[in-house]
Amino acid sequence: MKPVAFDYYRPEAVSEALALLSEMGHEAAVLAGGMTLGPMLNLRMIRPRAVIDISRMQALKTVSARSNIVVTGAGVVQGDALRSDLIAREVPLLVMALPWVGHFQTRNRGTLGGSVAHADPSAEIPLALVVCGGTVVLQSRRRERRVPAREFFLGALTTQRRPDEMVTALEWPRAAPDAGHAFMEIAQRHGDFAIAAAGCSLRLDGAERLEQLSLGVGGVESRPVAIELKSFLGRPAGEIATSLAEHAAVSVTPMEDHSASADYRIALTKVLVERAVNAALEMARQRRGRLQ
Amino acid sequence: MTTLYRAAGERFTVELTLNGQRRSGEAEPRILLCDFLRHELQAFGVHVGCEHGVCGACTVLVDGRAVRSCTQYAAQADGADIVTVEGLAEPGALNEVQRAFAKHHALQCGFCTAGILCSVTHFLRDTPAPDEQQVREMLSGHICRCTGYASIVAAVLEAATAIGKGS
Repeated sequence: MKPVAFDYYRPEAVSEALALLSEMGHEAAVLAGGMTLGPMLNLRMIRPRAVIDISRMQALKTVSARSNIVVTGAGVVQGDALRSDLIAREVPLLVMALPWVGHFQTRNRGTLGGSVAHADPSAEIPLALVVCGGTVVLQSRRRERRVPAREFFLGALTTQRRPDEMVTALEWPRAAPDAGHAFMEIAQRHGDFAIAAAGCSLRLDGAERLEQLSLGVGGVESRPVAIELKSFLGRPAGEIATSLAEHAAVSVTPMEDHSASADYRIALTKVLVERAVNAALEMARQRRGRLQ
Repeated sequence: MTTLYRAAGERFTVELTLNGQRRSGEAEPRILLCDFLRHELQAFGVHVGCEHGVCGACTVLVDGRAVRSCTQYAAQADGADIVTVEGLAEPGALNEVQRAFAKHHALQCGFCTAGILCSVTHFLRDTPAPDEQQVREMLSGHICRCTGYASIVAAVLEAATAIGKGS
């Protein structure tokens, strides 16, 4: 199918895009890589009056390290992020999540910010941002605000973004060099939407106890969710994966849809969390060994 | 600073490089790049399948990257360097990848082939010595309903070796 007729705007500067958004609000759609917006336009699931094309804005394509975070511009192309040495070193979880995002051909154009702004329940980049404890930077003509990823996603395709705001950057806390990470998912075909996905980051202390732990699942609820884990900190890492898997499975309130039942999503949550925790533990042990 | 504006329904000129030649044609904002390439510039090697980025038939090289041409608009490609299957080898000749496809029967109906050849071109530039798993992951972005993929995988692996020897 072909999209309905729309006005096309290609602003050169972010400020111009924000001015257009403040004028048109929800009547305008912001177009970056178009890997989600393109299909939605073509299938006429959305019929915006105007499309604001930000795909050429170099200002949104930068990756930079600050004292304790890595900032990725909203327009950073997923394939470029996957090949970034800085991201590989400082935000390993994102690099582990990216190969699961669509396909080689869609990652060559799809952006980090686009995936976050769209907020598909099973999208990998939002889940990675939630597990990392990252932040979404939103700008409008009037102000800039920074929303923790764990509060940004409200439900399927629904976020805290207001109609006059644009996602301009994502902030990723830099991972400790001895932390272990893992990202796993199950989909019907590689590159399809995940039925369930799990991400995990953790650190061990000298006595093999969990010093830091972050765990989240995607595709299970209507948004990526971080699992509450306070009671697990300080516990020995030995047999922890099974307990964490049980804990995660009772913590989630799964969706039910054409691809999977709620029970199946719970079963997948258990399996994926156990695998992810074990893989992250393995990586943390190896890294600690190397650093000592 | 300026904002380029094209009204809904407005016809305007899009100029780009297609297979090494400067070309131009008319589009309106909602015209997909794949339709522009076919209808305005007669690049009929661009095959239009699902029109929502899933099947991979319309894959072309835009500024060297293998991307879907159905999920971007002609207006966005103004000034871009585009290569379609017609531009992968000299007219009448086959390149290493195409020869390997012919040898391994990596196509039957050929509808998906044009897009796959564009993908493979970018893929082998980034990954000159891929293993089978990497080839299969790259191919997951294309749907082929004839071959069952095994022959395509074999062709890509052989082409990678042939190109490696040649360079």
